[in-house]
Amino acid sequence: VTVLIHHCILYKKAEVEETLKRIQGQKGVQGIIIVNAEGIPIKTTLDNSSTVQYAGLIHQLVMKARSTVRDIDPQNDLTFLRVRSKKNEIMIAPDKDYFLIVIQNPSD
Amino acid sequence: GRPQHSKMYCHPNDILPLTLTSATQELFGCRCDEDVTGDNPYKILRKEDIVQDMRMRAAVSDFSPMKQLVLDYPEDELLLVYDRDFIYGSSFYLVLTADAKERHLKPVVALGVEVALEREPSEVFATQKTSEPQPWISLGSEQEIEEESVTDSRPRYRISRVRREFGAPIFFSDRNAMETKDGFIECTPYQDKNFSLKQMERHTGVQTIPNLKSSSTQTQWTYPRSMCTQYEPREFSEEKKENCLQSEKLKNFVNSVASRFEMAIQQNEIMDVFFDDWKALSEEDSGYGRKADPHLKEYQSFTDLHFSKEKTISNINWHPTINGVIAVAVTERLSFEDRINGSTKLLLNPSLILFWSFSDPINPQLLLECPDDVFSFEFCPSDPNIIVGGCMNGQVVLWDISTHVEQLQGTRTNKRENETPVVRYCAVSGIENGHKAPITDIQWLPGTFEVSRMGVPMENKNGICVQIVTCAPDCCVMFWDIRAPRVLQTMADQRKQKVEEKPLENPHGVPNTFKHLDLTWKPLIRLQLVLSTTFCPQDGELVYTDWKLEKDNDSGRLFSAKPSHRFIIHDGQVNTVRRSPFFKDIILTVGGWTFAIWKEGVTNGPIIQSSCSQKKCTVGYWSQSRPAVLFIGKEDGNIDVWDLLEKTHEPSQTQNITATQITCIKPWIVSSKQHLLAVSDHLGTLHILEIPWTLRSPSSNEKLSMSKYFEKEVDRLVYFEKRREMRAKEKKDYEAEELRKKTVRYSI
Repeated sequence: VTVLIHHCILYKKAEVEETLKRIQGQKGVQGIIIVNAEGIPIKTTLDNSSTVQYAGLIHQLVMKARSTVRDIDPQNDLTFLRVRSKKNEIMIAPDKDYFLIVIQNPSD
Repeated sequence: GRPQHSKMYCHPNDILPLTLTSATQELFGCRCDEDVTGDNPYKILRKEDIVQDMRMRAAVSDFSPMKQLVLDYPEDELLLVYDRDFIYGSSFYLVLTADAKERHLKPVVALGVEVALEREPSEVFATQKTSEPQPWISLGSEQEIEEESVTDSRPRYRISRVRREFGAPIFFSDRNAMETKDGFIECTPYQDKNFSLKQMERHTGVQTIPNLKSSSTQTQWTYPRSMCTQYEPREFSEEKKENCLQSEKLKNFVNSVASRFEMAIQQNEIMDVFFDDWKALSEEDSGYGRKADPHLKEYQSFTDLHFSKEKTISNINWHPTINGVIAVAVTERLSFEDRINGSTKLLLNPSLILFWSFSDPINPQLLLECPDDVFSFEFCPSDPNIIVGGCMNGQVVLWDISTHVEQLQGTRTNKRENETPVVRYCAVSGIENGHKAPITDIQWLPGTFEVSRMGVPMENKNGICVQIVTCAPDCCVMFWDIRAPRVLQTMADQRKQKVEEKPLENPHGVPNTFKHLDLTWKPLIRLQLVLSTTFCPQDGELVYTDWKLEKDNDSGRLFSAKPSHRFIIHDGQVNTVRRSPFFKDIILTVGGWTFAIWKEGVTNGPIIQSSCSQKKCTVGYWSQSRPAVLFIGKEDGNIDVWDLLEKTHEPSQTQNITATQITCIKPWIVSSKQHLLAVSDHLGTLHILEIPWTLRSPSSNEKLSMSKYFEKEVDRLVYFEKRREMRAKEKKDYEAEELRKKTVRYSI
């Protein structure tokens, strides 16, 4: 039974890893960051300083975007945020407890 | 006073309105609307009748008020006019003067012109009657004006005095109005009840707001003080991160959002929605109109009959800071044997480096004297007044032209000196220390860089260029340091001593048996190597190696490592090795009848190799502004312009510059509108050509296209290599199979 449980845990973790690997493998993806609700990064594929910078700034942006959507219609909620800049695109999916941030360079 | 309003009708002086009673009307036969009508208002009355009427009826007569006027009337008959419209206020009016009567009865044809129109036009001028001025007939318009005009209409006061005081002076005095009662009439103010009404009802809206209170405070200002805050982002420990990663919530979250990401990422991959196709399209067409002339235009050419007669130019260099100044190294056009034979003559005829300026195409601006023919020279990048040259006898020479800089810049006043100034070299290496063969190339190490004795690159703290590399066909590459040994003098100090013979250091770079080298440095350096091995001068071998010195454990001698790669590609001498100014790892080599492009790190061979051309390629150079363009000089005086994005099997264009072999090509960017190409030929002439717009302006994404092209070529090489291996393996397998079959057969 212990073996089975162990396998399950691994399986769960592998799923997250697998999904992230799948996203990372797409063309042009430069980095993925998972951030918790307070803006503290949990997992990242970028270097530490960039991660921390992205996490802090994007957390504030998502809060603002979410409050905007909810102010207009309290029964609405933010599901996906895409920030397109000259050099790349930042995609953010917010959740109650976590954010997932993906940075992609579309022209690569 | 105010003019009084009166219903007085103004009438002209020569008529008098009057009213006639019906009795009078009957008497005189001018009954209204019967005898006299609106259409026929005139009635002639006899004066006698009127007089008699007045006598008869005296005061009752209607004519009595004007008795005198009637009597004064000169003629016998008066005109009575029926004023039906009461223009003058009465029903009739009497005309008082003969003139007026005439006027009334025979109205003046002031319309003389109208009458004339009925007749012939030629008679117009003859019969035109000018209108005579008529008396003003008032129609009441001056009434308003008179109302507005101020006239003295104040009522006059009459004062009466007793008779005995007539003529006596009058004394007026003042009296205060307040003194007597009723001296003035006062209009006292009083409270008008109309204005003190109280509004008992009012309609208004009310809204509640939170309690507002305004208050203020003052911060205590003691003194300013610098403060700073330092912060650090919060981070989780590894353990906590692991916990989070393994939580169920995270897994669910990631799985649920992953699809959104994939969709978005794929959307971006499929098409870039923000890319402006229209704008990007226009860039290509912008040069359409100017594609007219893709040829290199001759801008200027320099040749000196005195100094470069019978000579050839071996090297060209643009002055790095002074615009329009170019230096050429002039050498003898002799073969080795001829040199030996004519050596005495050569001694008398010193070798020179000429400085040309665009402002003066006939006389060179400056001459640098060299101990021997110079094949290669360079300006120092950090101080363009220092020039180093490598001579034919293996010596390294230094010049300092700081005293003549002003003349080069053209700022000296007395330019016309008839005599071109000559600068002697200020330092030269000892013959025994130098190369044993002509120095074919010499380069400065960049100012950030220096090499230690062991060949280890270090940071150069000075920031100025202090080291030089030379190479020669004696298979040597030497490093020279221009600083004095042990004592680090500044360059300026050194230059002050114009010592004749100052042997330079040769601290390291002990030679070894090399063919020739392509030195792999930081991309700042562009190293040109000329000539190949000494053993086979025709051999076009290219060697790639690391120049770091190693210590041989046995003998303790320093030697350089073996070359890592050797290539024989060109079927003639390799005369050019150049890095591309746009790609750090792309190198061009020109030799024999071909040129090749190499990528550092790709050791299979050149990634691009041109086909053999008809004539030998003598020199090559990358374009400074277009990543895909290179210039190849040929031995028949042609310049081939290769645009690798256009075609790679032949040059994009060929242009003949001169009749003899081209010895050197150097492009230079003067400004964004002017790119020049300096080409020297075997006869000693320097041609300056202007690069046309098509060859100097890169197309959009040219660099990207070129890098992609290079990658493709690398892939091709790799693929070929793989195929070769596979083929070899296949062959081996096939042979083994054959052998096995044979043996099987025999065994059966």
